[in-house]
Amino acid sequence: MSLAHYLTLAIALFTIGLIGVVLRRNLLVAFMSIELMLNGVNLSFIAFSRYLGDMQGQMAAFFIVILAAAEAAVGLAIIVLLFRRQGSVQSNLFQNLKDRIEV
Amino acid sequence: MQVLDNAASFQYFLPEAILGLTLLLILILDLNKELSKSRLIAPWTAGVGLVLYIVVALALRVQLPEAITFHGMMANDAFTDFFRVFSGASALLAIFLSMHSKELEGVKIEYWILILGITLGMPVLAGANNLLMIYLAMEMVSILSYIIVGYLKKSRKSSEAALKYVLYGATASGIMIYGLSIIFGVSGTLDVLEIQKFLVNNPVGTGRIALFVGLVMTLAGFGYKISAVPFHMWAPDVYQGAPTPVTAFLSVGPKAAGFAILLRFTYTALAQFNPETGIFTPLKYLDITGLMAVLAVLTMTVGNFLAIQQNNTKRFLAYSSIAHAGYMLIAAATLSSLALQGVLFYLIAYFIMNMGAFAVAIIVINATGSEELTAFKGLAKRSGGGALIALLMMVFMVSLVGLPPTFGFVGKFYLFMSVIQAKLYWLAVIGMLNSVVSLYYYMRVVKHMYFDEPEDDKSLGLKGFVFPGVVASLGLATVVLGVYWGPIVTFVQESAQLISK
Repeated sequence: MSLAHYLTLAIALFTIGLIGVVLRRNLLVAFMSIELMLNGVNLSFIAFSRYLGDMQGQMAAFFIVILAAAEAAVGLAIIVLLFRRQGSVQSNLFQNLKDRIEV
Repeated sequence: MQVLDNAASFQYFLPEAILGLTLLLILILDLNKELSKSRLIAPWTAGVGLVLYIVVALALRVQLPEAITFHGMMANDAFTDFFRVFSGASALLAIFLSMHSKELEGVKIEYWILILGITLGMPVLAGANNLLMIYLAMEMVSILSYIIVGYLKKSRKSSEAALKYVLYGATASGIMIYGLSIIFGVSGTLDVLEIQKFLVNNPVGTGRIALFVGLVMTLAGFGYKISAVPFHMWAPDVYQGAPTPVTAFLSVGPKAAGFAILLRFTYTALAQFNPETGIFTPLKYLDITGLMAVLAVLTMTVGNFLAIQQNNTKRFLAYSSIAHAGYMLIAAATLSSLALQGVLFYLIAYFIMNMGAFAVAIIVINATGSEELTAFKGLAKRSGGGALIALLMMVFMVSLVGLPPTFGFVGKFYLFMSVIQAKLYWLAVIGMLNSVVSLYYYMRVVKHMYFDEPEDDKSLGLKGFVFPGVVASLGLATVVLGVYWGPIVTFVQESAQLISK
C-alpha cells in the first residue's frame, strides 16, 4: 500500500463528508458527515506523517479527534435545544433568519 | 531568531495566564452563595482582569524582545501584542455593552466566562506560528462563539443562529484543516517559518498544484473567520440571531483575530521579507495576491449591495461589517509594510466606529424593543437623550462611510494609499466606488433619525451618565482621531513588525 492509496481514501472520505453536509437535511446526519470529513483529514495527516517519518502529523491527528469531540458536543447540545422546541431535526424547519428582499 | 523552550516562554504568556486565572476566579467566586447573588461581581471581575491583561501586555511589549516561544508554537512579536491589546479592549467594551443590554438581563456567570474564553483564544490565534496551533486557536474562538450566540435559550432566533454558525463553522474549519494537512504533506513541517523556508528553497515548485489546493482550502477557513465572500453566508443570520452585544463583539474581536492570522500567514509563510529595504515579495510560483484582490473586490461589493436592502438593524450592520472586511482585504492583497500598517490602523478605526454603532443600536433596541431600522425613525426627536444619541449615531455612520473629518476617513485613506503605492489602481478605484454605494445606506439611517417622525412616543430612557458617557467618548474619539491621528500611526508602525527569518 503506497501513500497514494491512503490519500485517495482520505480524499474520498473528506468529499463524501462534504457532500453530506451540503445535501443532507437531517441535522444529525449533517454532523456525522462533518465527523467523516475530519476523519478524512486525520487519515491524510497520519499517512503523510508515516511517509515523511515525522511524528508531528500523528500528533495533529490526536488534537483533531479531541476538537471534533468538542465540536460535536456543542453541536449536539444545540440540536437538542432545537429538537425540544420543534420536535424535529430537519434543517429546513429552521429558516426564520434570512434576507427578506422587498422589491 | 531564537526558539524558546516552555519554561523560558512562560514570561511571554503572562498576560494570557492572568486572563485564565481571572476566568477561574469568577468560577470560584460564584461558589460563594452570598457573592453569587450579586449580578455585578462576575462582569466587574472580568473587567478588572481584562484591564490588568491589557496593562501587562503593554508592559511586556516594552520589556521583552520578540521571540518564538513554546518550541515554535507561538510567535511573540509586536504584532501579537497589538492583537492582545485589541482583543482585550474589544472584550472590555463587549462586557460593558452586555451589562446595559435588556436582552441579557439576568445572565449567569458562564456568559462572562465565555467572553473571557474567546478573548483568551484571539491573541493565541494572532500569534500562532504552527499549523496545528492555528487550528486549535481558531477552534477555541469558534466553539465558544457557537455557545455564546445560542446563549438566549428561550429565543428561537438565537438557537437557529447558533445552529447555522456551528454547521458553517465546523465545515469551514474541516476544509481548512484538510488544506493544512496537504501543506504539511508537501512541505514536511507544521511550522509556519519552516514552511516559508521550504517554499523559498523550492524554486522549481515541487508539488505546486497540491500546495495551491491546500492553500486555497486554508484560505477558505480564514475567509470564514473574517466573513469574506463567498464564505460570508453565516454572518447575517448569526449576527441577527445573536444577542446584540455578542454581535458587536463577534463583528470586531474574532474578525480582527481572523485578519491577524490571515496576515501573519500571508506575510510570513507566503512572502519573502527583505529587512534592509522593508519590501515583501510574493513567492514566484505561489502568488496569491491576485486571488486575494478578487476576494476583496467580491467581499466589499457583495457586502455593500446587499446592505442596501436590509431592514433589520443587526443584519444591516452585518453586511456593513462584511463590506469593511472587503476594504481590509485589499491590503492583504497588496503585500507591503504600508498595507500591513494600513490594516492595523483601519482595525482600530473599525473597532471604535462599529462598537459605537452597535452601542447606539442597543440603546434603540432597549427603548423600542424593535430590531427594525424603522425604530431609528425620529430618534433625534425622542425624549430621554434622543438628540445626543442621534448625533453620535450620525458621527459613526459618517465615519463608517469614510468621510472626513472622522477616523474612518483617515483609516480608508491609509488603506487606499497603500494600494495606490503598490500600483493597483483598479483596486483603489473599486474600493472608492464601493464607499459611494455605502454612503446611500448609511445615510438612510441618518435620514430616518432626523427627517422622519417617530412611530411611537417611547422615551429612550437613558439613566445615569455611564452608558451615554461611554458612547459619547467613542463618538468623540471618532472625531478627534479623525483630526489628530499621529499617536495611532506611531503605535501602528511599531506594531506592524512580524517575525520572519
